[in-house]
Amino acid sequence: MTFLIQQTLIYAIPLMIVALAGVFAERSGIINLALEGIMIFGAFVGVLFVNIVQQMGTFDAAKADGNWVALQGFMLLAMLAAAVMGAVFSLLLSFASVNLKADQTIGGTALNLLAPALVLFLIRIIANQNTLQMYTGDAASWFMIKKSFFGYGRSDEMGFLGSTFVDKTYLATYVCILLFVILSIILYKTRFGLRLRSCGENPQAADSLGINVYRMRYAGTTISGALAGMGGFVYALTTANCASTGDVAGFGFLALAVMIFGNWKPLNIAGSALIFGLFKCIAASYSSIDINGDGIFLLKEIGISPHFYRMLPYLITLVVLAFTSKKSRAPKAEGIPYDKGQR
Amino acid sequence: MKQKGPTLLSKDGTKSVLAALLSILIGLLVGGVIIVITGLATPTLGISGVWDGIRLVLLGIFSTGRDAAGALTFGFNSTNLGNMLFRATPLILTGLSVAVAYKTGLFNIGAPGQYLMGTAASLMLALGIPTETVPAALVWVIAFLGGILAGTLWGCIPGLVKAFLNINEVLACIMTNWIAANLVTWMFDGSNFRNLVENTKSGYIYKTTYNGVATAKLGLDKIFPGSQVNGGIIIAIVIAILMYILMSKTTLGYQLKACGANRHAARYAGIADKRNIVLSMAIAGGLSGAGAALYYLSGNTEFFWSTYQTLPATGFNGIPVALLASSHPIGVIFTGCFMSMLDIVGLQLTNLTAYNEYITDVIIATIVYLSAFSLVIKMLISGHGKRKNAAAPAAPAEKKAAAPEEKSASAGEGPQSAKGGNEA
Repeated sequence: MTFLIQQTLIYAIPLMIVALAGVFAERSGIINLALEGIMIFGAFVGVLFVNIVQQMGTFDAAKADGNWVALQGFMLLAMLAAAVMGAVFSLLLSFASVNLKADQTIGGTALNLLAPALVLFLIRIIANQNTLQMYTGDAASWFMIKKSFFGYGRSDEMGFLGSTFVDKTYLATYVCILLFVILSIILYKTRFGLRLRSCGENPQAADSLGINVYRMRYAGTTISGALAGMGGFVYALTTANCASTGDVAGFGFLALAVMIFGNWKPLNIAGSALIFGLFKCIAASYSSIDINGDGIFLLKEIGISPHFYRMLPYLITLVVLAFTSKKSRAPKAEGIPYDKGQR
Repeated sequence: MKQKGPTLLSKDGTKSVLAALLSILIGLLVGGVIIVITGLATPTLGISGVWDGIRLVLLGIFSTGRDAAGALTFGFNSTNLGNMLFRATPLILTGLSVAVAYKTGLFNIGAPGQYLMGTAASLMLALGIPTETVPAALVWVIAFLGGILAGTLWGCIPGLVKAFLNINEVLACIMTNWIAANLVTWMFDGSNFRNLVENTKSGYIYKTTYNGVATAKLGLDKIFPGSQVNGGIIIAIVIAILMYILMSKTTLGYQLKACGANRHAARYAGIADKRNIVLSMAIAGGLSGAGAALYYLSGNTEFFWSTYQTLPATGFNGIPVALLASSHPIGVIFTGCFMSMLDIVGLQLTNLTAYNEYITDVIIATIVYLSAFSLVIKMLISGHGKRKNAAAPAAPAEKKAAAPEEKSASAGEGPQSAKGGNEA
C-alpha cells in the first residue's frame, strides 16, 4: 500500500502541476499545446543546473556532512532554474500568439518540435551521448528525504503515515502540492485571478473594463511556462533519476488530458491527476504491486497485459471526452487571438 | 468567392512561395547561429568546426565526405540524392495527410498514430502471408492496401468524434496517437514478427525481404547507385497529383474545402458537413498509412516495435511539410524533398563533424514556428507591393463572421485566418 501511494504520487504530482499550467494558459485564452515541449526544456535546464553546480563542487561539503537541509535547498534552486527557463521558453508561444496573433495550435506544435531537438542537440554536444545525467551520485542519494534525517535508525518504524509520506519521498512533491493550492486560490480568490479568467471568457468585455488583455494573456502563459518547466524537472527528478533525455514520454499531452478531464477546475484536476497517476503507476509496476500485503501480486495474477494499462489513460480520456463534451466548460475565448477592433 | 478564385490564387501562390522561402531562410539562419554559438563555446569544435558545420548545413546533400587532408569535399553524391528521395516518400505522404486535413479546416496532428497503424498492418500482412502460395507482387499490393486501410480507420476515429460529438480533433488525435503507440507495441510484443534470427535484433521487426516482399526499384537504383531509392517515390508523387485533382477539380474536393472554410455555411448550402469531416480525416489517415506502407515495404527498413514511449518523427514532420507548402498538394512534393534533404544533412553532420543531426530538427521547428504566423509574413511581403484599400477591411470582416461559430473547435481557427489572408 505504501509503495502504491508513493508511486502514484510520483506520477500524479507532475501531471497535476503541469495540468494547472495548462489551466493558467487556457483560462487567459491561450491554448498551450506546448506543455510537453516546455516540460522537456524545463527538465533539461534543471538537470543541467544540477550537473553544473555539482561540477563546481559547491555542495560537496554539504553532501559529505550529510547536511540534508542544504541539499534540499539545492534541489529547490534547480526547480527554480527550471521554472524560470520554462517561463522564458513559453515567451516564444505568447509572443507568437498574443503579438503576432498566430495560430496557437501550430505555435504550440512548433515548440513541441523545437524543445526535444534543441535539448538533444545540446545534450549530445555536452555529454556526447543521448542522456544528460547528474555529474556524480544519483537522485536518491542527493535529494530523497530519508527517515535517517529525523533520527530514525535503519530498523526503526516510522508508522504508516511516516513511511508513506515522509520516508523515501521528495520535497519537490510537497512544494508542488503547496504551489498548486496557492495558485488555485490566486486563480479563484484574487483580483488578478478574476481578471485572468475574464480574458479567457470574454476579452472584449474585459478590455472595456480597462483590463489589459495582452498583458493578462502574457501573464497566464508565463505562469503556465514556469509551472510546466518546473513540472518537467520534477518529473525527471522523481521518475527518471534526474536525467534528461529530450523526452517526457507524453506527460505534457497527458497533462492536457488531465486538464480537460478535470474540466479546467483545480480541484477536479487534482482528482483526475491522482486517477491518471494511479494508472501510470499500475502500468509501470503492475507486477510488483501488492495491494493488501498478503504476498499475492493480484494484478499480475489477473494476467492483463501491461500494454493495456499503459493505454488506459488515453482511452479513458477519449471515452470521457465523448460523454462529457456537451457539458465540458472550456474557456470561451481560448484559441482566438484577441483583436481590439473585433466585437 | 469562386469567381475571384483564379487571379487571387495565382497571386497568393507566389506570395506563399516567397513566404516559404523566407521561412526556410530564417530557419537556416537560426540553425547557423546555434551552430556558431555552440561551436565557439565548445573547445573541440572551434572556428574550423563552425565553418564545416555551416557548409554542411547548406550543402550537405552534395557532401562526399572528407579527403585525405581532412577537408570536406563536395560533389555529385548519388547515394545521398537517392536516399533523399527514399526518405521523402513517407514525408510527402504524411505531409499530404496534414495538408488535406488542413484544407478542410482540421489540424491532423494524428499523423504519427495513423502512420504507426499503417506500419503495423502492412508489416503484418507482408510478413504473414506466405509467399510460397501467393505471388510476392500480390502480397505487396495487399500489404500496401492494408496499410492504407489501417490508417484510414485510425483517422476516422478523430473524424467521427469531431463530427458527431464536437470534440476538438487536436485532442482526439493526440489521444489516438498514444493509443496507437501502445497498441502497436502490444500487437508485436511476443509475436513471431520480431527478428529473432539475427542476434540483438529482437527489438526490430523482420525486413519484408525476409518474406521476399519488396518495392520494385523501377530502375531508379541505376540512376542513383548505392542508395535505397525505389518506386515508392513515384507512387507518392502520383498520389500527390491525384490529391491535387481531387481537391481542386472535383465536387467532393470543393465540398471538403467548403466545410473547412465554414462548416455551418456549408451545411446551409446543402453539404453534408458531418460526412465530409469524417471523410477528410479518413483520407488524411489513409495517406499517412500509405506513407508508412511505402517506407516499410521497401525491403531495407526495419521497424523498432517497442514504440510505446515515442511517436514516429515522420508523422510529426508531415506538419512542417504541409505548412511550408501552404497545404498545396503539388507543393508538398517539393517541401517533402526539402525536409528529407535536411534529414540527410543531419546524418552528414553527425558523421563528419562533432555536431549532430538534431540541429536540422531545430531548423524544422523554427520553420513550423514561422508558419504559425505565415499570415504576418505574407502581409510583410505584400506590404512591399501596392496595398489595396478595399481589401483591408474585408479580412477582419470575414474573420469576425467565422470566429464565434468556431469557438468550440478552436483549432479550426487556423484555416479561417489563412482564408482571411487570401483576401488581404
